[in-house]
Amino acid sequence: MTPRTDHRLGLAVRVGAPLTALLALASLWADWFYAPQDTVQGPAQRIFYVHVPLAWTAFLAFGVVCVASVAYLVTRRGGWDLLARCAAEVGVVLCTAVLATGMLWGKPVWGTWWTWDARLTSTLVLWLIYVAYVMLRGMVEDRERAARYAAVLGIVGALDIPFIHFAVLWWRTLHPQPVVVRADGPALPPTMLATLMLGLITMTAVFVTLLLLRIRVERAAERLEDAAEGAPALTPIHPQLERPLWTAS
Amino acid sequence: MQLTSTLAAPAREGRGAHASAHTNGVPRLPDALAQIRALVAKDLLAEWRGRDVVASTGVFALLVLVIFAFAFDLRAESALLVTPGALWVAFAFATTLALGRTMALEAERGTLEGLLLCPASAGTIFFAKLLTNLVFTTALEVVLLPVFAIFFNAPVLHPALFLVVALGTLGLVGTGTLLAAIAAGTRAREILLPVLLFPISVPVLIAAVKATAAVLDAAGSPASGSGLAGVLPWLQLLAGYDVLFAAAGYLAFEYVVEQ
Repeated sequence: MTPRTDHRLGLAVRVGAPLTALLALASLWADWFYAPQDTVQGPAQRIFYVHVPLAWTAFLAFGVVCVASVAYLVTRRGGWDLLARCAAEVGVVLCTAVLATGMLWGKPVWGTWWTWDARLTSTLVLWLIYVAYVMLRGMVEDRERAARYAAVLGIVGALDIPFIHFAVLWWRTLHPQPVVVRADGPALPPTMLATLMLGLITMTAVFVTLLLLRIRVERAAERLEDAAEGAPALTPIHPQLERPLWTAS
Repeated sequence: MQLTSTLAAPAREGRGAHASAHTNGVPRLPDALAQIRALVAKDLLAEWRGRDVVASTGVFALLVLVIFAFAFDLRAESALLVTPGALWVAFAFATTLALGRTMALEAERGTLEGLLLCPASAGTIFFAKLLTNLVFTTALEVVLLPVFAIFFNAPVLHPALFLVVALGTLGLVGTGTLLAAIAAGTRAREILLPVLLFPISVPVLIAAVKATAAVLDAAGSPASGSGLAGVLPWLQLLAGYDVLFAAAGYLAFEYVVEQ
């Protein structure tokens, strides 16, 4: 809440953003040239190195929302709320990208853009929950009240995740089974695994950078809002205008 | 008048007068029960005088069923595929409408502040609201189920189905009561509630529809034997959801209504 925090945030973004960009270039290079061609799926498989890291960071973002929501309700410090809000927004963007990249892969490999498979469905439901979260924030003017409502929704949404998971899993599943986290070790060739790991690191860096950027913008917006509240009413620029133009006669 | 005295009564009566209602914010159980009874009685009386919520949502749910009959070709062979979904869409829509109404009425009349001034904890008020909503939706379902049975030619008189309906309704109403309180404090009250409630209650809807389908299947063809075995995991899921989210609502309601 101090100018020093802002200074540090600015520094982190200025250092972090170029690093993230370099990582992204390396990741793209590995994706296109280093990882071998998949014999069954062909080039379509290469979206895997973007899709899986996106999914991982989206879940990370929603995890951050949950932890920050609990922390806000306990401590009532605006910083936690800011973190939850920004993580939810970035999470929605990442989750949208997960769904989009999944569809792009699904069309050539499954032959359909969308199917009501368990993991697709639960990702869509999660996306809907956090879209509702962002909408809720926009519909409450009072900052403190918006923070409380959103924190409750953030916690309820996180509690819901295991239920969604099992309900949808029992409902149906078709998604490729996990190839990395398995009881008998990863089922990927080492080069593919390395590419995926690089992708995970890159996407986490992208997430952190976006989050820091968003937090900086939100802090600036809050400062502006506070300044506008404290400041005297704007005087008309033109002396003939006794009241602002936009008020009705 | 009468409400105020009933609500205050447990606090005034007998032993530990002022210690009772507000010790560390955790009310003693008999006090909380008396308060819940008074609060539910208040809401039911208001509803009995006006009869807006149950009547309008009942007609609405009926319309949903009728629209389903038009939207899908409900001849014998395909009926069982669609009817459980039709029933739960009608229940979910009507419940959302009723929930939104009961909470928005408090916000519109400005009586929420009065409610919060009562010597009752936020958790107690949450359970009272939950119970009121449960009474409304149950009344709705008691009317809707026979209509559903007639229109869709479904064997609804099965004890297992009542259990499914009860657990599913509790799940919808439990989360819905909390989210309706949130929605009531926003600019877009009744529009926001379904946007918040439906994604959160996806597990309830899936489990309730699947369990209803299994029960109707078993009741429709008793000869095929152990048809009810498939219902159990869904009932467990529903029961777990109901308990967890009733508890979450109880704990979180305080943060939603605090002034």
